[in-house]
Amino acid sequence: MFGLANPQRFMSATRRLPAVLGVAAGLLLAAGVWLGFTAPEDYQQGDTVRIMFVHVPASWLSLAVYAAMGGASFFALVFRHPLADAAARAAAPIGAAFTALALITGSLWGRPMWGTWWEWDARLTSVLVLFLFYLGYMALRASIDDEQKAGRAAAVLALAGLINLPIVKFSVDWWNTLHQPASVFRADGPAMTADILTPLLVMGVAYTVFFAALWVTAIRAEVNQRRANALALRAAGGA
Amino acid sequence: MSAFLTLYRRELELAWGRGGGALLALGFYAGVATLVPLAIGPDPERLTAVAPGVAWIALALSALLSLERLYERDYEDGTLDLLALGPVPLTVVALAKGLAQWTAGGLPLALAAPVAALVLGAPSELAPLTFVTALIGGLGFAFTGGMGAALALGARRGGVLIAVVVLPLFCPPVIFGAGALEAMASGLNWTPGFAFLAAYSLGALALCPFATAAAIRNALS
Repeated sequence: MFGLANPQRFMSATRRLPAVLGVAAGLLLAAGVWLGFTAPEDYQQGDTVRIMFVHVPASWLSLAVYAAMGGASFFALVFRHPLADAAARAAAPIGAAFTALALITGSLWGRPMWGTWWEWDARLTSVLVLFLFYLGYMALRASIDDEQKAGRAAAVLALAGLINLPIVKFSVDWWNTLHQPASVFRADGPAMTADILTPLLVMGVAYTVFFAALWVTAIRAEVNQRRANALALRAAGGA
Repeated sequence: MSAFLTLYRRELELAWGRGGGALLALGFYAGVATLVPLAIGPDPERLTAVAPGVAWIALALSALLSLERLYERDYEDGTLDLLALGPVPLTVVALAKGLAQWTAGGLPLALAAPVAALVLGAPSELAPLTFVTALIGGLGFAFTGGMGAALALGARRGGVLIAVVVLPLFCPPVIFGAGALEAMASGLNWTPGFAFLAAYSLGALALCPFATAAAIRNALS
């Protein structure tokens, strides 16, 4: 982690990473989609259960990306890791997009399943609050002109929002919710059979690799942006 | 200790003395509470159902009011720099400001909350619990709001930004406080919601000053 703190070393180490990860993500997504469409129908839900293969990994990622953002913010704040700040900033819009995807696909699934587009139960509400945390982070980051100050203030906010993660995860256990309880990440192990669990896990890995590809690309873009700004500043100062 | 008390008294006077004291917050609170029956109609049954919740929404929104002035004013005229250099640690400064915010704003609003709830049709047994939950919730609002205000120091469009940053943090006390009132109105046990509300507010009291101090130090650097 700290070996890659040097931006030069980070850039040279990750030069081919976005392409590799992108190709891997594409292959995994293709495999996941194929497995998802060839999985057996659910005896109750029929074909609509297949939305699960899009919705559930998106929800997993929305939590994981916030955790990554929180971790990066911690490193930025405490260890003053130079790339951690860029990493946190890069992760925020991606995480917000995953959260929005989870909310929208969940709504599309809820309509045939529960008869309603939206319900204010604990899981949906806490994920919506998670989305608001992402938006607040991005808004705070964008509103402060000084880049370093903005980064540090946003890092404090990201750490404060970490408390929402266990609330989202355990909301289906702590409250009476319409959303179904945990079926995969439980103390007793997954409650699904392999023919439904495998596509789900493949899609989960595919989404994670996809996120990694996007994240590394965005961090590299951030480093290049800062270099470009420095060059522009030097050119303006010299001229 | 005397420095802390002096600072607390100063903050209290600033929050209370200028602009009519608590009247501004109370006026806003009354305005919001009045908008609700105008919007959803005067049907008593519908109003009774939402009365505790509306009282809590108005509390959260009124708490947002004075947040912009809390640190921004001292930041602009240099007082925050002096406080940062002074004998009192910034954490204690944040504590004093939060407590003053609660005393000057939260307390009057906590007195107004049962009145609003009753006027909107809540049963009168709810009044004592409304007052106590509003009081404790106000503590949570003051400290998390103060943290948000410090984070947004020096930002453009500070007022709206503070609201965007702070409203997700206001969600848990609203959920638990209004939830406890709803539970009592339905005859269920209100103590779990109340306990979580108190836990949130005490946690905010304990942890937010540190985050607030870090944010102030960041803004002043």
